This record gives sequence, C-alpha cells and structure tokens, in this order.
Amino acid sequence: MTNNFVFEADMAAKTIHISREFNAPIDKVWKAWTDPEIIEKWIAPKPWIAQTKIMDFTVGGIWLYAMVSPEGQKHWSRIEFTEIENGGHFSSINMFSDEDGNTAAGAPKSFTETKFSSIDSNRTKVDVLKTFTDEATIKMFAQMGFREGTIMGYSQLDELLAAE
Amino acid sequence: MRRDIFQAIADPTRRAIITLLALQAMTPHALAEHFDSTRQAISKHIKVLTECEVVTQTQTGRENYYHLNLQRMKEIDIWLERFRKLWEDRFDQLDNVLKDL
Repeated sequence: MTNNFVFEADMAAKTIHISREFNAPIDKVWKAWTDPEIIEKWIAPKPWIAQTKIMDFTVGGIWLYAMVSPEGQKHWSRIEFTEIENGGHFSSINMFSDEDGNTAAGAPKSFTETKFSSIDSNRTKVDVLKTFTDEATIKMFAQMGFREGTIMGYSQLDELLAAE
Repeated sequence: MRRDIFQAIADPTRRAIITLLALQAMTPHALAEHFDSTRQAISKHIKVLTECEVVTQTQTGRENYYHLNLQRMKEIDIWLERFRKLWEDRFDQLDNVLKDL
C-alpha cells in the first residue's frame, strides 16, 4: 500500500513540506509524536539513538533531547512548543543546544508545524511544515550529527554527485 | 558580505536569470534582452548571484559571459536529499512502532 510520502522544498520560501500516511488511528499517531518514550523509538537514524532529558509538552515547554552515536557522542536539540491543539496540531521552534538546553545567541532556528488528520478510523495523515531562517539552517539540519555518513553512506553520496 | 543561496533565489527576476543560464552561458546584452528591466537592474541581480557563487563570469575575446555554477546548485540537492532520506527512514521506523502500539 502506498503511504503517500511527500517531501517538497520551496527554496524561495525557505520551507520544506513533509507528509506521510500511517496505518494507525489518529490518537495512536499523535501519541507516537508527543510521548518521548515512543518518539525515541523512531526519531533517530540507526545506529544513533535518541535520549530525552526534559519533555514538557505544554505551550512554552520544551523537549530537550540528544542524538547519541554508538561511540557516545551527543548532539543536543531543544524543541520549544509554541502552540498545541490536542490531537490536531502542534508548533515548535527547533534549535541545536547544549545539554542544558542553552542555545547560542543568533543560532539558526527552524519553525515546525505538525498537523494530524484522520483519513479513516485506521489511517492518519501527518503534515510537517518546516520554515528555515536561512540556507545554513537547512544545511545544518541536513547534516546534523550525521557527518559520519550514517544517514546516507558516502557511496550513495558519491552516486548522487556522479549522477549529474 | 556573505550571501546564501536563498538570497539568490528569493527574487523572481533572479530565478528567471538562473533558468536562462541553466540553458546556456549568455552575454550581459543577450541576457538583458529577455527582461523589461534596465541593464543596470539586471547587472545588480547578477552581482548578487555572483556573490552567492551561483553565477560566474568568463571573458571570451571582448565578450563577457555569465555561467551558472551547477556545482553550487547541486550542493542544495545533496543537502535536501540527505534530509529527505532522514525523514523517509524515520517514517519507516515509525510504521514499525505503530504496529506494536
């Protein structure tokens, strides 16, 4: 079955729209995106793992978590929730931080809006709209802690480079 | 001044210039003929594109040619491809998590 994965970048608007359908009712999908124990199970690209330090899923609250490499290297992110409509959508400001959630002055940000909609009783669509402050932000988010090539092996990258 | 690719493509005229130069290198005169704007206006846009490293110039005889720097454009595709792959993999993992939830 198709899951209708969408990944559209609008470079002029500095936005990326990501969308996907899941075979689960909306309440389960919502829980999987907002309960830290569950998010940790899917958010990190293997072999990295995600570890939560703080999760306060309220408006003004933050999710402070680290992507941890097999060698124990940690990359911290601080997600601040700016809007929550239970079971429907939430908005956040995403930034890289240190382990105490401190962010550098003028550090790049991305604004994320995540929307959930029922297709039927057992199928849910999630739309993620990311707005970046500048080019450097997309570059950072794309490379994040994954310079070691765990997301995309260097061979794949070479292929991509060779393709044009 | 450091400029980024977003500044290059933020303006519709600059996007049109990029599209034209993607087809072939052009002289300032040939390029300007495609637009109603003055040559000065076009050369301002070219200046921004040059600072963003999207456009380069070469001299052939007496003529100056503008070229699109494909390498620079390709870089963007590479970041985006990485980012796309990250989300694709995440969602595949999420499918498995949802099965057991």
